[in-house]
Amino acid sequence: MADAIAPATPADPGHATEPGVQHQFDTMEQQREASSFGMWVFLVTEILFFGGLFTVYTVYRHQYPRAFAEASRHLDIALGTFNTAVLIVSSLTMALAVWSAAVGRRKAIVVFLLLTMALGGVFLGVKAVEYTHKFHDHLVPGPSFHFPGPNPGNAELFFSLYFTMTGLHAAHMIIGIGILTVLVFKTRKGRYTPEYHNPIEVSGLYWHFVDIVWIFLFPLLYLIGRHIH
Amino acid sequence: MSAVTVPPVPEAPVEPRVNYLNATYGLKSWLLTRDHKRIALLYLGTVTVFFFLGGLFAVLIRLELLTPAGDLVQSETYNKLFTMHGVIMVFFFLIPSIPAVLGNFLIPMMIGAKDLAFPRLNLLSWYIYAVGGLFTLWAVVHGGVDTGWTFYTPYSTTYSNSYVIVTAVGIFITGFSSILTGLNFIVTIHTMRAPGLTWFRLPLFVWAHYATSLIFVLGTPVIAVTLLMVGVERLFHLGIFDPKLGGDPILFQHLFWFYSHPAVYIMVLPSMGVISEIVTTFSRKNIFGYKFVAFASLAIAVLGFLVWGHHMFVSGQSVYAGLVFSILSFLVAIPSAVKVFNWTATMYKGSISYRTPMLYAFGFIGLFTIGGLTGLFLASLGLDVHVHDTYFVVAHFHYIMVGGAIMGYMGGIHYWWPKISGRLYPEGWARFAALVIFVGFNLTFFPQFILGYLGMPRRYHAYPEEFQVLNVMSSAGASILGVGYLLPLLYLVWSMRYGKQAPANPWGSTGLEWDTPSPPPTENFAVTPVVTGDPYHYSPEEVEVVG
Amino acid sequence: MAQHIVPRKIYFAVFTALIVLTATTTAISFLDLGPWNTVVALGIAFVKATLVVLFFMHVKYSPRLTQVTIAGGLFWLAIMIALTLSDFMTRGWLPILK
Repeated sequence: MADAIAPATPADPGHATEPGVQHQFDTMEQQREASSFGMWVFLVTEILFFGGLFTVYTVYRHQYPRAFAEASRHLDIALGTFNTAVLIVSSLTMALAVWSAAVGRRKAIVVFLLLTMALGGVFLGVKAVEYTHKFHDHLVPGPSFHFPGPNPGNAELFFSLYFTMTGLHAAHMIIGIGILTVLVFKTRKGRYTPEYHNPIEVSGLYWHFVDIVWIFLFPLLYLIGRHIH
Repeated sequence: MSAVTVPPVPEAPVEPRVNYLNATYGLKSWLLTRDHKRIALLYLGTVTVFFFLGGLFAVLIRLELLTPAGDLVQSETYNKLFTMHGVIMVFFFLIPSIPAVLGNFLIPMMIGAKDLAFPRLNLLSWYIYAVGGLFTLWAVVHGGVDTGWTFYTPYSTTYSNSYVIVTAVGIFITGFSSILTGLNFIVTIHTMRAPGLTWFRLPLFVWAHYATSLIFVLGTPVIAVTLLMVGVERLFHLGIFDPKLGGDPILFQHLFWFYSHPAVYIMVLPSMGVISEIVTTFSRKNIFGYKFVAFASLAIAVLGFLVWGHHMFVSGQSVYAGLVFSILSFLVAIPSAVKVFNWTATMYKGSISYRTPMLYAFGFIGLFTIGGLTGLFLASLGLDVHVHDTYFVVAHFHYIMVGGAIMGYMGGIHYWWPKISGRLYPEGWARFAALVIFVGFNLTFFPQFILGYLGMPRRYHAYPEEFQVLNVMSSAGASILGVGYLLPLLYLVWSMRYGKQAPANPWGSTGLEWDTPSPPPTENFAVTPVVTGDPYHYSPEEVEVVG
Repeated sequence: MAQHIVPRKIYFAVFTALIVLTATTTAISFLDLGPWNTVVALGIAFVKATLVVLFFMHVKYSPRLTQVTIAGGLFWLAIMIALTLSDFMTRGWLPILK
């Protein structure tokens, strides 16, 4: 047994000497690698999490294409397109926040993080407006649902999916804004340097992922059946 | 039994010194710990509680089934009993047990690391698990759920009057515990292996947990979102599976089983990892076909995701889809069989030692094989039509889950007990308990194969009189099994205070975890080890086991 | 993703492409392309997502493991959708089991 494992040489102390490296890691490089990989693994779980809803959507749209198209026309395409653009801008500002961290411009990090959060807030505000409209139009599933068209049952399925999918997405945005808030505080305290700013990078990954979910939600929910008159 | 000696200097058990158990004192030092070994013990405590709670429901079920009439409880109550038994055993015991207890404790040590990649996430994992458990306990206390652990719609979404949402929330929350554990393991194994520790030098226990972690990460989110949909439909009337709107209850089943079938591999793969370690140690032989066993773990994880429709053969699923799922279900048996062959080949011409862990390994191999073979009956579409929803299915999965997974868990607990606690368990009592468990288990579940084949349906609290003899045998077996499980609880706790001090390597086993004292220090290794050889390298000479 | 710093002009170029693609997909949705509407819409969405992944999320400059991880996740989602759909799409094939 002794021949399979040789103790490390005295030159290798076995624990990190770089500042900011947590005790279980040997080097900052290892810590950064683990942290990024960890966020990617988490994002895979999110793919499957939202994926369950996308699966339901795919099945029902396959079964009820006309009802889904008809229902989709009741969504506000202008607000939907605007919101898509808002999130794209927020992804740009998030990427610039990460860039600022990599080059060590602390004030710029804060500015870009705040911009990202503000844009997220705009997105959520627009969604709130849309939800309110749906409520007034009796398009919220449940006892007061009333769809002015054929196949009201299938249309109600569409709206159940609409609210669940965009609701789950909005919840993720709120969490994202919360994470960015924490980052703003830590940045102002000077916690991040060009050598150590991984939390900003991985938070960026999360933010971009939430943007990508919307990139798919938008055409699937808002753009079907626009061409049918 | 052969005598075995540890080749280097035989270590005499030492007086207690600073180790992970006594490094710091007080409740806060345990509840706020980041040490993977302490977190493993936190999990050990909670999964044990849930195991016995789930067992209590089993006792009530078997009591009711002593007589053909439904005379102990009403049918609604009986529905709650088997539901809570299933929910607690599956989500709060079987899924976390080996990964969260043994995996957490051992994986960093087996790869020469000081801890997992994300120790705070690890602790959060446990808290999430505990909170989810509390939700479920709340539901239990207030009257439970009666939908079956499978939560089929539209009963669960619309018609059940029980605490569906609370229980679903509990499972949803606990699912994140699984996800974080899996994430932690994957990142750790990829990025924190000691120098020289290539993938093919990893112990098979680590391979098994890596494969399991893939399932954690890819499957658990789907059950989470599915339960979310059930909750949303029940609470906010967002009818997603409602047939009145054109929704399809079978769609729920697809989503549910997409996770829940791979979940059974979450339950059994870690156990197989334990068996690989035990069989090599107690045969004093290198594993036969290391790469085959390693790849078989991955194959089980991957193929396991492609077979879920075999739970839905008679649900209204398309026959053509059923055909595809049936073929794939046959395929997934192959890597499991490969493992059984390889363990057997490992034992062949080995120097077998009949210590308690090895007894559990023997039990696993035999009972898992029976369970697996009966799985082939179920994979066969035509046969499944006859035995679906009968006790045949119940017997099949208990052979795998209890005869397989839990035996592996018990074997692993005993095998690593000296390392975890620094004490030796009493071998005589342990062997006796293993035997009692084996006898009790078979008496409980073998009659159920026959009952199922004869047509007794599952989830019924009353049955035709001609089935009573077999049911009485099963209930008798269950009482023996219960005693068998209580014994380790008693003597393991006893050993923590009165057991003999354990040396670093009581079994003469290879593996980095045995290179540390028993119990290990908090940081595991004073210096990061460098690995230069294979994980199993038993010499053909005689060696002496201490204790 | 470690130390490679992406030049800002790449970010702005990707941003411009994303906005253009968004406008395009909305505009095209008003044209009747039959079954191709869905294909085009999803295709544009995939291109947008790929741009975000490669450049904003730095996957172009990331280790192979990252790329395998993403591919694995997407592949698993595809399995779930494909096998589930295979049930719904073949139900009508056997006339007696309608």
